[in-house]
Amino acid sequence: MTKLTYIANDGTQFDVEAENGSTVMENAIRNAVPGIEAECGGACACATCHVYVDEAWTAEVGEPEAMEEDMLDFAYEVRPNSRLSCQIKVRDALDGLVVRVPERQG
Amino acid sequence: MTDTIKTDVLIVGAGPIGLFAVFELGLFDMKCHLIDILDRPGGQCAELYPEKPIYDIPGWPLITAQGLVDKLLEQIHPFKPDFTFNRMVSSLEKLEDGSFRVTTDEGEIFEAKVVVIAAGGGSFQPKRPPIPGIEAYEGKSVFYSVRRMEEFRGHDLVIVGGGDSALDWTLNLQPIAKSVTLVHRRPEFRAAPDSVNKMYAMQEMKELEFLVGQVSGLAGADGQLSSATIKGGPDGDVEVPCTRMLPFFGLTMKLGPIAEWGLNLHENLIPVDTEKFQTSVPGIFAVGDINWYPGKLKLILSGFHEVALMAQAAKRIVSPGERIVFQYTTSSTSLQKKLGVHD
Repeated sequence: MTKLTYIANDGTQFDVEAENGSTVMENAIRNAVPGIEAECGGACACATCHVYVDEAWTAEVGEPEAMEEDMLDFAYEVRPNSRLSCQIKVRDALDGLVVRVPERQG
Repeated sequence: MTDTIKTDVLIVGAGPIGLFAVFELGLFDMKCHLIDILDRPGGQCAELYPEKPIYDIPGWPLITAQGLVDKLLEQIHPFKPDFTFNRMVSSLEKLEDGSFRVTTDEGEIFEAKVVVIAAGGGSFQPKRPPIPGIEAYEGKSVFYSVRRMEEFRGHDLVIVGGGDSALDWTLNLQPIAKSVTLVHRRPEFRAAPDSVNKMYAMQEMKELEFLVGQVSGLAGADGQLSSATIKGGPDGDVEVPCTRMLPFFGLTMKLGPIAEWGLNLHENLIPVDTEKFQTSVPGIFAVGDINWYPGKLKLILSGFHEVALMAQAAKRIVSPGERIVFQYTTSSTSLQKKLGVHD
């Protein structure tokens, strides 16, 4: 299992154990992390699972692909470390990953 | 101003469940009219993820969302449903004879014996961009769509976004606006390459301005904009003249005016019984993602089941006293006749 940490907009921290191959969005929903809506259910089609990747992790997590970058146009308060959590797959190298939930999802 | 459109069943929402409702209602000879805020049928399947595969439609190991919509349209074709697109239902009123009068945001009037709400996650409405104080300008100098081009004539226009809507209106309004500034958070666009090339060519000719960045602030008074501040570009904060703004940040789903129809609600969903999928108001049904009952799953296949049961109850309202005969499409010649099957 891979450890993920979500920091909700009010500062509440959620530490969860995630299975490799699942997405950061799915684990947020499973663990009821507030502020991740995932309206489209993980199809990279709605930009409501937007997170900010902790600066220490941006290199390891990597850049969004073109389709995700397009969808990020619709997200609220996009920053250079913005990602859609449905497009981040959990793997060993992400053990300890920290993501922050934005103020709102559009 | 418009004639009242009369139908047996008015279906709010033309997503997969609204479409399949036409089939089940049609088998019982009920005529359907569908209203949708989008410009085409399919709802979320068409708007959010047309190319995405769906794996849990019975009998279809894999079908794309648009593929499913196309198949549903083919399936309901024999029942010749009527569609009204680009409209949001606004008010609902119960008439003395027990039927319902529904009006749209553009003033069309419908009368139906039964109303079926198949509105999914709600109606698609434009997303408000994260610009402080933008609410004060909405409807006066900030617009989320172009209904009348004249509204923009002679104005300093700022268009925000990187999709086809943003690029198309940049090109179409440039000839009549006083100035046009296109703002997008990156130099890449989702729009048709031809439009993007035209935009860059016009920028070369100084016919419009394109700025990379995000709108961070607005200035103006009494709802009337005067300028906008763009941040995040290579030149730092830039202030541009702006008396009209068109932000295009995609769509989000909201329950909208249905919330005011006097139906019981449960966290923005409409509770129904699981025998008829009827709401707290007899004659108004809710099916698909918009409804709620114990054990509810937001699955297309669950919505299909719901409309089959709903159709039985709707028939009792549309044709009171008539005996309802349960039949299979496989063997019933009368159902096959309705479906246009020839042997």
